[in-house]
Amino acid sequence: MTFLEIHDVHKSYGEHEVLRGVSLEVAKHEVVCLIGASGSGKSTLLRCINALEPIQSGEIRVAGDVVSGLGVDVNRLRRNVGMVFQSYNLFPHMSVLRNVTLAPVRVGGRSRAEAEEQALALLDRVGMKDKAGAYPDALSGGQQQRVAIVRALASDPQVLLLDEITAALDPELVGDVLAIVRELAQDGLTMLLATHEMGFARDVASQVCFLHEGRILERGTPAQIFEDPQEDRTRQFLARVLASGRL
Amino acid sequence: MTSGAQTEEVAARPTPPQRVLPTAVVALLVAVLCALAAGLALWSLHRMLEPPAGVDALLVALALVALLPLVPAVRAFGDDRRRARHLAAGRLAPARHEAASGREHAHTAMGYALAVLVCAGLVWFTTANDGAITTTFLRWEFLRSSFANVLDAFWINVEVAVGAQLLVLVVGLVVAVMRLLPGRAGRPLRWLAIAYVDTFRAIPSIITLYLVGFGLKLAQVPFFKDLSPVWLAIIALTLTYSSYVAEVYRAGIESIHPSQWAASRSLGLSYGMTLRTVIVPQAVRRIVPPLLNDFIGLQKDTALIGVMGVTDAFAQSRLTASNVFNLTPVIVVAVLFVLITIPQARYVDRLLAKEQIRTGRS
Ligand SMILES: Nc1ncnc2c1ncn2[C@@H]1O[C@H](COP(=O)(O)OP(=O)(O)OP(=O)(O)O)[C@@H](O)[C@H]1O
Ligand SMILES: [Mg+2]
Repeated sequence: MTFLEIHDVHKSYGEHEVLRGVSLEVAKHEVVCLIGASGSGKSTLLRCINALEPIQSGEIRVAGDVVSGLGVDVNRLRRNVGMVFQSYNLFPHMSVLRNVTLAPVRVGGRSRAEAEEQALALLDRVGMKDKAGAYPDALSGGQQQRVAIVRALASDPQVLLLDEITAALDPELVGDVLAIVRELAQDGLTMLLATHEMGFARDVASQVCFLHEGRILERGTPAQIFEDPQEDRTRQFLARVLASGRL
Repeated sequence: MTSGAQTEEVAARPTPPQRVLPTAVVALLVAVLCALAAGLALWSLHRMLEPPAGVDALLVALALVALLPLVPAVRAFGDDRRRARHLAAGRLAPARHEAASGREHAHTAMGYALAVLVCAGLVWFTTANDGAITTTFLRWEFLRSSFANVLDAFWINVEVAVGAQLLVLVVGLVVAVMRLLPGRAGRPLRWLAIAYVDTFRAIPSIITLYLVGFGLKLAQVPFFKDLSPVWLAIIALTLTYSSYVAEVYRAGIESIHPSQWAASRSLGLSYGMTLRTVIVPQAVRRIVPPLLNDFIGLQKDTALIGVMGVTDAFAQSRLTASNVFNLTPVIVVAVLFVLITIPQARYVDRLLAKEQIRTGRS
């Protein structure tokens, strides 16, 4: 069953059209990877899905309900759609535990005790339980990103959007974070992720989409995209990635 | 090969220690001259005051303090001697160490000596013109006789300042949030906020005080006409300073990176909730220092409430001063203002330091 439907989405910043008719379906329990050159619109697409940016035309549906355009309860949408950012974006004035429990308590209406119990369980899963009382600035990038993932998970989202979550990390920390995402994928969480980690995309993705200048130029299984790309652009992009040693 | 030869050459000719003696001599001269100047200034103070023994002892103690810069100056010579000894024995590293320490001592001596000179100059200034300056500004008997009066009146300043500061914190935030309201719906309120800030930031607070103090009564404005002058002063200063503080808040809120908004909204927090729990708490930490500035400005402006007929400390002191033809009571007010400001500055310093330790930010 299609869970997330994106239909012919156009998005411009002023004159500059960043998304030029993107269509995409994501079924439940699917993991879709967005790849493409810098500036191709991966982050913009994810931000539009989460209604952080308004779109000019097209339609986005989550679980059958239209979530783009006027009159949409964006706060309810966002409870179903979690997002993790490239730069972690933890709240620096709150401890790790408060970061994670903020949304469940304030938005989900859970009791603090209940939220903390759940938060500690999640933190334990990513090996961050002993840092529950720490503040974000006292954590390494990898640790912060693991907390950010937990923070997004704490609201029990139906789908998780991940925007190049390892791009700001030192190479030796990337593995920790990707391992967590891999585990989430195995648990059946629906995910849409923009990534430059092609090896990882090949491992976890059920579908890979190649974005080029605001359009999905080619999509298919990892095997199709990585072994047998049909479009010249895709081939060029993959060749460049290969040359830089990231495949 | 070549690099080996180069290293050898470098090892054979290391940098020699710097010279110390010239600096040390200058430092000693400066220290002695400054101490002499301080001695002269204190002597003329003694002659002018003809003070009781207790105060004389204080003057002697001050004279001794003025001699303190001599200590590092003399130590610089000791360092110089050790430097020479090490150098003669070919121990270059220890010689360099002593040279550095000697120059440091000499510089310290000069720094402190110059500070002594500045203080001596101030003391000398107070005794100039046969002490006319001091007798105009500072006379023990007037200080004693006016202190209680002025201190009593000063509570009005404190009352007005604290009252206005509490109100300003709230009103300033409301105006700042109004000014940041998004969208078409927020536009009229945004304009109102801008108009308010532009107006009241421009009007001198003494004029606002005057207009509020007399105007509201004169016009028989309901509710306001029954307020005590102290409350009217609080309202007037709140009007003026909320416009400053609104701008401080706004700058603080806008300085929070947009990614914090994105993160918070993506978690499902509403606009208001994001502002309350994520943005404002972070902004407040950044605005504490500029906020303190504005608060100190507000405190000082309480000295203007005399124009609306309130007898505050400054009005009281002027009254007393004109009775005795001496400005000592006014100096008392000035000192009181300084005394209440310093603890606040230190408190904010401590607050920020503690905050830094807590969140582990450097
Ligand atoms: N807030 C904005 N205002 C104007 N232009 C923007 C804004 N955000 C993004 N853009 C533009 O939109 C285009 C796509 O940006 P986007 O961040 O989606 O790319 P990306 O595929 O995520 O790239 P990267 O791999 O570098 O993250 C870029 O040309 C960028 O300059
Ligand atoms: Mg991006």
